Amino acid sequence: MMNRREFCKNAMIMAGGIMIPLTALEVFNPSRLHAEKDGKGKVRWVFLVDLHKCVGCGFCVKACKIENDVDWDANVTRTWVERYVVTKGMPGEEPKTYIDSPKGCRDGFITQKIDQASMGLKDIKPEQISKAFFVPKLCNHCENPPCVQVCPVGATYQTQEGVVLVDRTWCIGCGYCVMGCPYGVRYFHPELHVAEKCTLCYHRLCRGMKTACVDACPFGARRVGNIRDPEDPVTKIITTEQVNVLKEEFGTKPQVFYLGYSMEVK
Amino acid sequence: MVHGEAWTIKEFFVYPNEYIYWSIQIVMYPFMTGLVAGAFVLSSLYHVFGVKQLKDIARFSLVFSLALLPVAMLPLLLHLQQPMRGINVMMTPHFTSAIAAFGIVFSTYGMIVASEIWFVYRQFIVETVMELRAKPQRRAVESLQLALYSMLSLGAMDLSPEAMHKDERAIGILAGIGIPVACFLHGYAGFIFGSVKANALWMTPLMPVIFICSAIVSGIALCIATYIITMEIRKLIFNRKRKSNPRLPSIEELKSAEIQVVTITVKYLVMFLVLAITLELLDLIFRSYTAVKSWDILRSVIYERDFFKIFVLQYGLGDLVPFIIFLMPRLTIRRALVGSLLVLMGVFMMRWNVVIGGQAFSASFSGFMDYKLPIWPTSVELYKEGLFGALTVIITPFVLFYLVTRVLPVFGIKDSH
Repeated sequence: MMNRREFCKNAMIMAGGIMIPLTALEVFNPSRLHAEKDGKGKVRWVFLVDLHKCVGCGFCVKACKIENDVDWDANVTRTWVERYVVTKGMPGEEPKTYIDSPKGCRDGFITQKIDQASMGLKDIKPEQISKAFFVPKLCNHCENPPCVQVCPVGATYQTQEGVVLVDRTWCIGCGYCVMGCPYGVRYFHPELHVAEKCTLCYHRLCRGMKTACVDACPFGARRVGNIRDPEDPVTKIITTEQVNVLKEEFGTKPQVFYLGYSMEVK
Repeated sequence: MVHGEAWTIKEFFVYPNEYIYWSIQIVMYPFMTGLVAGAFVLSSLYHVFGVKQLKDIARFSLVFSLALLPVAMLPLLLHLQQPMRGINVMMTPHFTSAIAAFGIVFSTYGMIVASEIWFVYRQFIVETVMELRAKPQRRAVESLQLALYSMLSLGAMDLSPEAMHKDERAIGILAGIGIPVACFLHGYAGFIFGSVKANALWMTPLMPVIFICSAIVSGIALCIATYIITMEIRKLIFNRKRKSNPRLPSIEELKSAEIQVVTITVKYLVMFLVLAITLELLDLIFRSYTAVKSWDILRSVIYERDFFKIFVLQYGLGDLVPFIIFLMPRLTIRRALVGSLLVLMGVFMMRWNVVIGGQAFSASFSGFMDYKLPIWPTSVELYKEGLFGALTVIITPFVLFYLVTRVLPVFGIKDSH
């Protein structure tokens, strides 16, 4: 007859004994070994935005909403375009930067007035403007993505090609990734109630197509390319011309590059 | 409607997807875990450091800590967009995330509190079992009680002096381990915020330490306040009962015991309060002195938009006034109660100013977001993330405390601990 103390002791030894062979499954994870053996893959998607070419028509935002089934009227968007208007320094008035992106520029910029959210519309006379430009934004598919780091359940992950995706069946909706992203690209899906973001049209890239926003841009301001392919035209521009990234100071190593970047860009 | 849209008012330029995603429940989460940790630390002052004067309140705060424990998790569940998947944190913890260890830290702490309480109450449980067993005729309630207490005793019925001595040692060890774990539980809540590099207000290595200090402050304050209120109720009950049983302690006896406990507890409260304020001010001074890129927008949030909430409610009414109340000579019960309630309000405002204040400005540093607490719940989401959801979280520990004390009474037990 086994007494209680012996029973507990034996149960613990057995549990431990079972755990050891089970850990081997983690140590010898086949897909991980495969990935480590082959080293870096042949593809790493990057994005290039030419700010000189963007006119703020919003076709990219429309195309994205349709392609990715993002609720048309919901006030969230996977990609958006910002308008920057910098005024001249007047006597007694400092130069000021006004920024807006009404509805994420889904309908383009239909008025010259700057949308100040609850502060109404700001009218700026053309002669006061020293410069103005448009800045398209999307997920930066960072090399060191903070959103992937902070996800408590591993529902957000990075593919081999560097694209950051969300597993909608596993996300618990804590919002830590939303708070962790310095670029504000994440939000909660209005119907599915899970974290949602730009997928760089992964479903299209895998089929050899370009992203919906790239295809929709009439001016070629948006381009997608493979940084590991030296012959890729996007790679050539990034490696030979003066490009910049957003909020480099966060150490996220963003992979969306900007041509014609201006210091006012937030 | 998009999550967050119902309570966020944007001003100037805010990124299109930015809303106040972490709202009232995330204010409640550190507030409640803080109370848990603080209550436990208070009870440990007696068990570990042998502060004899705290004996009365030690048992009280330990049981209160147990009642608060499940409630520390409640705001998180109410906040999750997918509460049914909350268990995924335990199933597939992704350890690069600060939240991933929550399940582990939380359950470790829970086990420590539960086992410490078991040791503290073992004598009581065994005695109750013996007493009930000795009765020749048992009513249905008593049979039920006997079953419950027999189960709680876990079969350990030995009440010999050696066994009791072992119990005491176990309590000391558990309380000793419990202090760092309680601090870790809460410092860890601070780390969840402090490590968000995308948020200029949150990102500081001081955050976990500030959180621990304010946690202890709030936990002690809550224990004082609840202790005083419970004692008042006991006085009323005793007054009525004494007519039939004159052997019960008189009101004066109760009062003198009460003021002694309260005075010594207040001393510890003030000590931690000083530490908490020092660290918070250090953080503020450091930010304004280094004045990095984010300081412009932080300054307008701290000194202009949130001035009332930070300097009047948090530092003024929540820190300075109670500080004066506690340090003025001849502390009375009433003053101690007012002071601790103010401290509780101040710590709550501190959580609010960190969580909501951290989202009061856009990551673009070019606009602001204003939080309007949803009052009347017209949908499940507005209940969960509104006033009534927060009230649910506040009321639950008191209900649990009441239920737990039906089984494990905190007053009127004679034992060696």
